[in-house]
Amino acid sequence: MSVFDGLKFRRVYSPIHNLDPRIKFIYVCAVFVAAIIFWELLPLIILFLIQIPLIALAGVQRQWLRSMRGAAFLAALIFLTNFIFSFVGAGYQDLARFLEYAVATTLRFVVLIESFSVFFLTTSPDHLGLALEQTRIPYEFCFAFTTAVRFVPVLAEEAQTIMDAQKARGLELERGNFLKRIRNYIPILIPLIVSAIRRSLELAEAMESRAWGATGKRTNLYILKIHRGDFVLIAITVLVLAVAIYTRLFLRIPSLNELLGSFL
Amino acid sequence: MIEARDVCFTYPNGIEALKDISLTIKNGEFVAIMGENGAGKTTLVKHFNGLLKPTKGTVLVYGVNTKKTSVATLARKVGFVFQNPDHQLFSEAVEEEIAFALKNFGFKEKVIEKRVTWALNLLGLTHYRKTSPFMLSGGERKRVALASILAWNPKILMLDEPTIGQDYSQKEKLLQFILQMKAQGKTVIIVTHDVEFVAECDPRVLLMRAGRIVADGEARKVLTNPEILTQASIVPPQITQIFLQLSDLQLPKEIIDVYKAREKLLSVLEAKST
Repeated sequence: MSVFDGLKFRRVYSPIHNLDPRIKFIYVCAVFVAAIIFWELLPLIILFLIQIPLIALAGVQRQWLRSMRGAAFLAALIFLTNFIFSFVGAGYQDLARFLEYAVATTLRFVVLIESFSVFFLTTSPDHLGLALEQTRIPYEFCFAFTTAVRFVPVLAEEAQTIMDAQKARGLELERGNFLKRIRNYIPILIPLIVSAIRRSLELAEAMESRAWGATGKRTNLYILKIHRGDFVLIAITVLVLAVAIYTRLFLRIPSLNELLGSFL
Repeated sequence: MIEARDVCFTYPNGIEALKDISLTIKNGEFVAIMGENGAGKTTLVKHFNGLLKPTKGTVLVYGVNTKKTSVATLARKVGFVFQNPDHQLFSEAVEEEIAFALKNFGFKEKVIEKRVTWALNLLGLTHYRKTSPFMLSGGERKRVALASILAWNPKILMLDEPTIGQDYSQKEKLLQFILQMKAQGKTVIIVTHDVEFVAECDPRVLLMRAGRIVADGEARKVLTNPEILTQASIVPPQITQIFLQLSDLQLPKEIIDVYKAREKLLSVLEAKST
């Protein structure tokens, strides 16, 4: 469950933590779009690398690495399926090309996880809620969203307990072939989902008994304002998006094979 | 037989949950681990079936070092019933829930059938055989969880907070059940806050505070020692409190059960009237 560790917010102060969550979110979306429009390896490597300074600046390398490790299994799965299906589909030829294609698809997923991880690691649920409210999204939805985010660590902890409970009944998660291993997770997923639903019902009752939604108009103690750092991030975002779209439309992106080939 | 030697355990987030714990639990012993919230009780028992491995020191279960074996292998000997049954129930029917562990341990189909029937019967769940565990009440779910562990007949049975959410008659049944296990020569370890329950069972009590064992002895010695109990944020059983307050009447202090209390009081009253 270490993939969840990459989403756990810790209250520390860094230039990245202090950025406006709305701008950070737009940045993440821009990276998302940029990652989606490329299927070549080279631009995806660049997208992956340009986020590393942000991670270093926020000082969340350790947690980020943990979330990357958590995503490794899924990444391996994406790599294998893409590689096998495209390579076999093409009749066992052009190995290098399909290898590069599979690595690119995997890296796209890694870039997405990377940017979302940076966002969640450096944005407090409260800030996130404020951001949503100030974009005039109805409070019910903001609340539902922030609650969901806030419950991620709780859910991760619960998942750990459930895993322990099933291991104590002789369940071996790492045993068996691939399909069996997936099936091994059923005894963990069902209790997790059931208790999440139970918890949400309890939470709803507890909130209603504390007069949730009694007043129509809410005011906030803190209000988000755009600072200088935010403008820098806006500039970076626009730049990333502009370069990405320009490259996509007007430039031919060489594949890694071609590049290496020209050197050799 | 469980042996812990100088066991220390630190969670990945840096919390030192156990500090230099050494203890031996012999076969057939009945042990209650008590102490305030966060004292390390559950962390300690999780070391006994290998769910947690000591950061320093060793835990031996029947002579096997828990660091060198899997949880599944240890679980065959050490059954652990978790506090919240909802953390383990997932099957469509109670009987499947009970068969789950047996399948994991590779029992044969016929043996599984027999064991399931036996466990259902033992905990009075036979008429729920085909019912979904999610349809049952909290107390019943707890019993299903217990049955699912007992089915493979582990030599050591560990129960985490077994009395929480149970009404008085269920507690009484649980007590009878534990005594029955003990009579069969099983080692029973319970983790609990329930002083009155412990007073009724009279086990060996391990009192924990901040990751250390602060007292280890018979319940009638530990639970009647107010100084030690205050350290671990535990209040003595009510009957003990009365006897502690009446200590000027030359009444004995080490009283934890009602029957013995009655005997002592009657003898004092008789002595006064003559």
